[in-house]
Amino acid sequence: MIWKQDVECADSAQLKKLQSDRLQKLVAYIYQRCPVYRQKLDAAGISPDNIQSIEQITELPFTTKEDMRDNYPFGLFSTGQSEINEIHVSSGTTGNPTLVGYTKDDLKLWSDVMARSICCAGAEPGDTIQIAYGYGLFTGGLGFHYGALEMGLRIIPTSAGQTARQLKIMQDFKPRLIACTPSYALYMAEEAKEMGIEPTEGSWKIGIFGAEPWSESMRQEIEAAWNMLATDVYGLSEIIGPGVAQECTYKDGLHIFSDVFYPEIINPQNDEVVPEGDDGELVITTLTKQGIPLIRYRTRDIVSMNCEKCRCGRTSPRISKIKGRTDDMIVVRGINVFPSQIEHVLIGIEGTQPHYQIIVDRKAHKLDEVEVLVEVDGRFFSDEIKKLNELQQKIRKDIASVLSISAKVTLVEPKTIERSMGKSKRIVDKRTI
Amino acid sequence: MKITQISVFLENRKGRLFEVCSLLGSNEINIRALTIAETESFGVLRIVVDKPDIAVKLLHKNGFVANFTDVIAVEVSDKPGGLAAVLQVFADNDVNIEYMYGFVEKFSDQALLVFRFEDTERAGNILAQNEIKIVTQSEIEGL
Repeated sequence: MIWKQDVECADSAQLKKLQSDRLQKLVAYIYQRCPVYRQKLDAAGISPDNIQSIEQITELPFTTKEDMRDNYPFGLFSTGQSEINEIHVSSGTTGNPTLVGYTKDDLKLWSDVMARSICCAGAEPGDTIQIAYGYGLFTGGLGFHYGALEMGLRIIPTSAGQTARQLKIMQDFKPRLIACTPSYALYMAEEAKEMGIEPTEGSWKIGIFGAEPWSESMRQEIEAAWNMLATDVYGLSEIIGPGVAQECTYKDGLHIFSDVFYPEIINPQNDEVVPEGDDGELVITTLTKQGIPLIRYRTRDIVSMNCEKCRCGRTSPRISKIKGRTDDMIVVRGINVFPSQIEHVLIGIEGTQPHYQIIVDRKAHKLDEVEVLVEVDGRFFSDEIKKLNELQQKIRKDIASVLSISAKVTLVEPKTIERSMGKSKRIVDKRTI
Repeated sequence: MKITQISVFLENRKGRLFEVCSLLGSNEINIRALTIAETESFGVLRIVVDKPDIAVKLLHKNGFVANFTDVIAVEVSDKPGGLAAVLQVFADNDVNIEYMYGFVEKFSDQALLVFRFEDTERAGNILAQNEIKIVTQSEIEGL
């Protein structure tokens, strides 16, 4: 089933017209209502009247994560606070988190694109969906919730964690759909076996997995373990949360809902649009958002794009799985982690920044583990084990409060962390995903 | 009254202790007393040597994290109850011991113990008041 047949399958002329109209309105709207953007557009010499067609989007300035951070909390809003109905927060690169606010219409948009996503993955009216993404400030849980509600599915909002209960609910209520992070899907399969439940006989037949990078081989593993179809969902809170792009049952790229989230793929070095099919940074313009509409937002995700019509009938362009990042962000258990955040913690503790390294590993039990190695130096070395242990605990606690993940902290001797070009190698990702 | 202990950070890695000892040994530095405190992933080596300044410079030059710690070495009768008698003094005077360990060698018929106190100054005074023999740095160097 295709949720929004008219736009999802529109021919390119129709779609272009819609996108052009929307872009024109967006630029006028944002220029009028957001001083930060007005300044940006003025600086670029752009008057809203100049923008008539979607092709002109390349004339517009980019928006970056730094813009979000520098204008925290409300600088990028195009509406007053009273019109904001819901707020979500994700971790930022340093200091300030990224704040996103939704108006009532933005929530409708979110419900709509999430309903499209869930349908795209193969859900049918009457299905039951178990939503095991975290509910709360993280956009995963509520985004799926709104979409499933819009579609009229039966929702089991289990949120993340409590695996035994997740499995019991699956057995008792037999939902056909499961939505969670891919690593959690694998983890639950292991746990199921331990509990004497045969995962291949489970009720989940369609999985909608995202919020962290995963590979084709991981897909095969999940599909074999649960005897299900495993699809990929893409999103980021700055744009809307989950529901930016979604794989259909052909699993041949993620359909990006380009009538509302206009995609461009650019070369991050020279900022120019790359030829179709080439790898580049995904840049998204939110054509219809009201609360915090963004123009040419640099996602820092490296993907390629395919504009051919899909076998499923959808004409919306398809992006590849994320092939990398333009920055050093890593995703751990669905949480974005930047080395700069850990730096921040360490500076906060000792006043200076020691050498450190973040090691991410996905051990036998499938969940990501983070270890932070910190080189001990004269400034905080003590002959007392008690004090060194306290230091370790403090670093761990501060990392947990900043990143919401628990990391193992290990003190190591100086110069033991590998240096490359004079700088230490900040991240070692040992996960095979 | 205080003597200088050198504390060295050691990862729990094969050969690390050997490296420290051979570095000191090949530079004619004699270890008088030694102890290791360990945790799951690292340890702290504490040593009393005859030439602490040279030893620390050497360790730093070779990439070790090492620092000086003030400790007090005390002579204790080498007979049953000898240590208890000294500890009694500390207990009676509310002197907190962070850690302690024994010497590798003796220079009299007494046993030698190294104490790391919470308040070294105060502990030293109390020892003196109670006429307990404290070993000096020069005695250590001449051992």
